[in-house]
Amino acid sequence: METLIEFFSFQYPNIKYVVFGTILLSISSAVVGCFTFIKKKSLVGDVISHAVLPGICISFMISGSKDPFLLIIGAFISGWISILVMDAIIQNTKIKEDAATGLSLSVFFGVGILLMTYIQHSGNASQSGLDTFLFGKAAALVGKDLLAFSIIAIVVLITVFFFYKEFKVISFDRQFARVIGLPIKRLEVLLTSITVLAVVTGIQAVGVVLMAAMLITPAAAARYWTNRLSRMIILASAFGAFSGISGAFISYSAPSMPTGPWMVMVLSIIALFSFFFAPSKGIMIRQWRRYSIKRQLLEENLLKTFYRIGENSGEHFNTVAMNDLQLIRNFSPVQLTKGLRKLRINGYVSRTDGSWFLTNEGFEKGKRITRLHRLWELYLTKYLRIAPDHVHEDADTIEHVITPELEARLEKLLEYPTSDPHHSEIPK
Amino acid sequence: MKDSMSNSFVKQVENPVLEIHDLTVSYDKKPVLWGIDLSIPAGTLCGIIGPNGAGKSTLIKAIMDLVDMNSGYVKLFDQSLDDIRKRVSYVPQRESVDWDFPASVLDVVLMGRYTNLGLFKNPRKADKEAAMKALEMVGMDKYSKRQISQLSGGQQQRVFLARALTQNADIYFLDEPFAGVDAATEKAIFKILQDLSKDGKTIIVVHHDLQSVETYFEWVILLNLRLVASGPTKEVFTPTLLEETYGGKLTLLTEVGELVQKGEFEAREKQ
Repeated sequence: METLIEFFSFQYPNIKYVVFGTILLSISSAVVGCFTFIKKKSLVGDVISHAVLPGICISFMISGSKDPFLLIIGAFISGWISILVMDAIIQNTKIKEDAATGLSLSVFFGVGILLMTYIQHSGNASQSGLDTFLFGKAAALVGKDLLAFSIIAIVVLITVFFFYKEFKVISFDRQFARVIGLPIKRLEVLLTSITVLAVVTGIQAVGVVLMAAMLITPAAAARYWTNRLSRMIILASAFGAFSGISGAFISYSAPSMPTGPWMVMVLSIIALFSFFFAPSKGIMIRQWRRYSIKRQLLEENLLKTFYRIGENSGEHFNTVAMNDLQLIRNFSPVQLTKGLRKLRINGYVSRTDGSWFLTNEGFEKGKRITRLHRLWELYLTKYLRIAPDHVHEDADTIEHVITPELEARLEKLLEYPTSDPHHSEIPK
Repeated sequence: MKDSMSNSFVKQVENPVLEIHDLTVSYDKKPVLWGIDLSIPAGTLCGIIGPNGAGKSTLIKAIMDLVDMNSGYVKLFDQSLDDIRKRVSYVPQRESVDWDFPASVLDVVLMGRYTNLGLFKNPRKADKEAAMKALEMVGMDKYSKRQISQLSGGQQQRVFLARALTQNADIYFLDEPFAGVDAATEKAIFKILQDLSKDGKTIIVVHHDLQSVETYFEWVILLNLRLVASGPTKEVFTPTLLEETYGGKLTLLTEVGELVQKGEFEAREKQ
């Protein structure tokens, strides 16, 4: 707790800079990542991040300095070339997009490693620290570096802000965008350029290898929570910013912990949490829905069976043993115990001496399910001309689905029938 | 001899809204449309008819400048497309986009207003009203806030049509608007197209259901790699011309096309 307060009081200017820098970098990658994600070009970020390495090396070899602006220019150029190479391969050869992506990525990265190894063995004293691009070093984000990368991050954000609707329409429907006269070529160049820039800056924090995660993970996580692009971008930014603060904090409180990888870890945890717990799309809510439907089916089937037994004996409120229920329908013992308990809690059945009987509510509900079953059977035979011996199983499902509205329409359509295709009475 | 015969089924008109001259288009280096020459009068409801792979969609895409032409030109209102984009509206095939895109129905329809908005400007109240009005016309106003992935095929098509309607264009191109939609939607869409046509707008529709051609269209373009006929439905929608469009495969033409593709020739020599 003390560390937390100490951290957020920003006593040391260094911490302030690092936190500010990582937040800005994370947000700009997250925002741009939303577009690569919805354009289904998620791997493009990976290509760019690997392909900036030769640019950085060449720029260093030519200038002999580690001036961040010069390195960024080199990185930007080689990042762009990798995209052009990739597109050229796809358009002019039989090689498909996935292979072209892999090719471009590995060739550029290979050249980058080659050059870096050469520089490291060249005896140039000023080269030390160049390899931080490989693995990132957010904690060293100070001075001129911080300034350079912050400016770029801000440029990226401003561009997205102004061209939001254009980027949106070219991502959704490129042909339409072209027909309404948008300069799509130029817009695409712009979008690719800011993607390259976001990657170049992001690398400073997390390095070449983890960069793809910084682009895509916030977008993928945000997509689980919303169906609107604008909200998705805001959420992804928030996730990015949070991961930036967390990464900086973790490496502050435990100095042996690296900032960048922790940022990616935090993002992954957010993404994982979203996959499981997001409303309506998360895995948990879908499992829960499946479970409650199963329970509803069991309960309604039990009540229907009670009703059926009552119909056979002519007395609906007599006690019924578990065996009797199993004679009519194949319930497993576990299903019976669970289902009956639930029905009793909800007041649909009561129990005396190990036997069960329907309450009034239970009787009404069992009657309704039976009624829906028979109405549907009649509908199938009458309107779909399905043979009467083929309609039972279908009705067994549909009886649980029909709403009171549909029930009323069905009744009217069938002219308030009194018996089903098997000459059983349709209860009122 | 034969050439002049088939050409006689192409009716050229005075003051056309759409004029196509000597249009040849290749797809993946293979010529799929050969030397199309046609003109369409204003205010017609026109169907482009032909078998699968006849180049119907390609023709529309060529008019919309979405595919490169090997030769020829297209004129709309006697001008090139770039000069009159605001008067033109295009409804692509429903399957051409990813409906899982994070957008609401209203978001998509508003895209139709982007031409008038210009860069940097966000849709205003008037644009939203226009979008809602268009949604009302296609009977989708209740769904404006719905996520587009939750729509049925017919509803998606209505949304696309609404987006086009917000553009207030003078000529509409629709690529298979009736493909995979329910009967009610087909009827509703046709009604809207008919009303537009009554207002003097020109509607050009890629269509594949021969049954409804005579009810829907007053003008028909019969297409199968080359233009078979273009003219009033009564004159060109005849068994003989349909036979020529659908029957008798043009094996020779197809084979030559494949040779062009294999040898990587340009379909037209550059001069």
